[in-house]
Amino acid sequence: MHEVSAAPAAHHGPPTTFIRKHVFSTDHKVIGIQYYHLALVAVVVGMVLSWLMRIHLGWTNAAIPGLQTLSPNGAPGGVMTPEYYLQLMTMHATIMVFFVLTTAPFAAFGNYFLPIQTGAEDMPFPHFNMMSFWVTLTAFLVLITAFFVSDGPPLAGWTSYAPLSAIGKAAGPGQGAGQVIWATALGIFCVGQLLGALNFISTVLDMRCKGMTLSRLPVSAWAWFITSCMGLTAFAVLMPACILLILDHVAGTSFFIPSGLVINDQLIPHSGGSTLLWQHLFWFFGHPEVYIAIVPGMGIVTHVLITNMRRPMVSMKAILYSMWALAFLSYMVYGHHMFVSGMNPFSSLAFSFPTLMITIPSTVVVLIWIGSLYGSKLRINTASLFALGFISMFVSGGVSGFFLAQPSIDIMLHATYFVVGHFHMVMGVAAMFGIFSGTYFWFPKMYGRMMNETLGKIHFWLTFVGTYCIFMPFHYLGWAGNVRRYAAFTDDYLKPLIPLHQFITVAALFTGAVQLIFIYNFIHSRVAGPQAPANPWEGTSLEWIMPSPPPWNNFGGKDPVVYHDAEQYGVKTASGADYIMQNSPEQALGGAEGD
Amino acid sequence: MATTLPPPKPEVFRDPEKSGNGSTGNGGWRNLVPAEGSLRGVEEYSPPPSSSAIWVGIAAICMSFAAFTSALIVRQGSSNDWRHITLPPILFLSTAVLLASSASLEVARRRVAAYMGGLGRSVESARLWLLLTFGLGLLFVAGQYMAWLQLRSQGLYLATNPNSSFFYVFTAIHALHVLGGLAGLGRVIRKLGQGTLRRSTLNATSYYWHFMGVLWVYLFVLLWMRI
Repeated sequence: MHEVSAAPAAHHGPPTTFIRKHVFSTDHKVIGIQYYHLALVAVVVGMVLSWLMRIHLGWTNAAIPGLQTLSPNGAPGGVMTPEYYLQLMTMHATIMVFFVLTTAPFAAFGNYFLPIQTGAEDMPFPHFNMMSFWVTLTAFLVLITAFFVSDGPPLAGWTSYAPLSAIGKAAGPGQGAGQVIWATALGIFCVGQLLGALNFISTVLDMRCKGMTLSRLPVSAWAWFITSCMGLTAFAVLMPACILLILDHVAGTSFFIPSGLVINDQLIPHSGGSTLLWQHLFWFFGHPEVYIAIVPGMGIVTHVLITNMRRPMVSMKAILYSMWALAFLSYMVYGHHMFVSGMNPFSSLAFSFPTLMITIPSTVVVLIWIGSLYGSKLRINTASLFALGFISMFVSGGVSGFFLAQPSIDIMLHATYFVVGHFHMVMGVAAMFGIFSGTYFWFPKMYGRMMNETLGKIHFWLTFVGTYCIFMPFHYLGWAGNVRRYAAFTDDYLKPLIPLHQFITVAALFTGAVQLIFIYNFIHSRVAGPQAPANPWEGTSLEWIMPSPPPWNNFGGKDPVVYHDAEQYGVKTASGADYIMQNSPEQALGGAEGD
Repeated sequence: MATTLPPPKPEVFRDPEKSGNGSTGNGGWRNLVPAEGSLRGVEEYSPPPSSSAIWVGIAAICMSFAAFTSALIVRQGSSNDWRHITLPPILFLSTAVLLASSASLEVARRRVAAYMGGLGRSVESARLWLLLTFGLGLLFVAGQYMAWLQLRSQGLYLATNPNSSFFYVFTAIHALHVLGGLAGLGRVIRKLGQGTLRRSTLNATSYYWHFMGVLWVYLFVLLWMRI
């Protein structure tokens, strides 16, 4: 190991009190763990909500014990009303998209590892970073308060389409105070994410250590950087949309509410607003949000795979360019969510073309993964299994995207379970597998202890099978014409599909229960797992040169110097190791390095 | 009260060129070396500042106002309830005030730079120019408030028509950003008084403040043309 001794360049001194160390900490690692724990809480809440919805879909008239206590109006006698079903659906999706899929792979892992992987002691604005987490937590708490207002949470879905999301109580329970709370929470969330993106981008541009050229950045750092660029531009658009939505509610403006709107025999006293305007603003954020959720997973999975394959990717540059292409194209395709919105049909064509285009970088990444895996002696551990699972889910869910990208097919499949299956697999489950892969891979570094591999593999296989059992049938349901956002299918042509819904519900309950294995493993390993060495996976990036867990100032006051990229695997060295760490000046024997 | 900083202390910077690796991935190092002369205002070592962050922040604000602008254009085209309103005349004065504040800040920035470069003996005049900038900024916000009062006196409230809605939203959101800039200016003035001002802090605040001026001119022209 070769380092340059230097005077400690402390952003902040060592924390001296419990509050400064674990609560209001400016240490990016603590903030990363705080984000991770927030995501854990949020995913449990979101999963329980999905269970309630699934039970209702499978056994519509069944009373769910305790539900009446949660909402006497929404579930009289424990039987969910259709409105309450939609309210739970809205909260499930909002919590999962914002507080799990955005928070865990990007904010949690990114906060913890981006500064380390760039060789920095911390982010350039530690107080902004701390504020970012606490603002995000505040957003989560504000959102949860929607359960405790008289009409409950909003029922307009996570997309909150206007005008129903803008006109207030007349649109149904939760559309008054609940909807305002929703928009406020998301507005606050945007502030938190913008502060985070500011730090992430500045860290990569300005805080890289000596020798850490951009081309030497590990792929996961690249993924977080690309994601933060997307987040910066996407959340900066969602926030104005939320402000305008709140004003329509509380100030009587008419940004999104058209003239002459009659809801429940009640004339809505607004005029001239554009319902499509909300969709344009929302989806300009919303589609990049899909990639905000998945690109960090791509980076994590690539990082995990090269470590376990013990050889570089076929072309890391192609992966990086593809991730950039995904980020860029994500802004060009948002209109494919609006094929049936009533916008000009030629617009559909204009949005369909880049949507089909975006499959090219996605396919390039997948082909590189598969091509790199071919013939490799992959180390099978839980992290690499979840990485493989990520690829499987990404491909399975992505294929259905080809269908939905074409307006003529999408018109039939729009608002069916086919779409639900598509985005759950390609965005939700794939991203979750990325999170799990990252967790099993970096847990030793974050907590200083190893997770139980046997339990991890059981967790993987049961989750892998379970999620396919849940989401593959969704595609069939969609083809069969099963519309989404319906609370029951008991009295119409969809009745024959109820047994399949019941199967999905059982699979969802089973897969959810399987996560208890993970939670047990997580908590038990945190307390009593074997001590983790500094570099348990024989990785090359900078997080593995420091003790597990790292000291408060990362590199102990010494700035690392980087000599290689992070792909120096499968090389011959004088020491006999098959890898060279980024900060080692050692050169591979008999060949040039690949950076 | 005259503000005189303590005599400059010799600064010891880690020189990346002497650390044995000729690679160029040292974005964080370049900020250690000031553009001109020594950092006379820095009393103790602090980590390299980020020079990119202000531009990242400005990019985010640009995106937000691009979203607001597209909302205005779409909303205007979506119905026939768009009514022309006469912009309050005080906006012309506020515009001049904000532009003048940019000029005064630039004077202050150059004087601080001259001092840090060893060309000036005191930062008192720079402090006065910064205070002037701060005052002009406050005056601008007061002018925006006066504009709202003038609109209100005409019976034009936030929800009266879409034009007034957009006027209030645009000016209020911009004013909030200006208040953020004023907070930054206050911090610069305080740090200058304490002798701990860094060039990067002053530069970032200046860029932000100038951007506020440019953004306001854009919004003013947009409102003038569309509303």
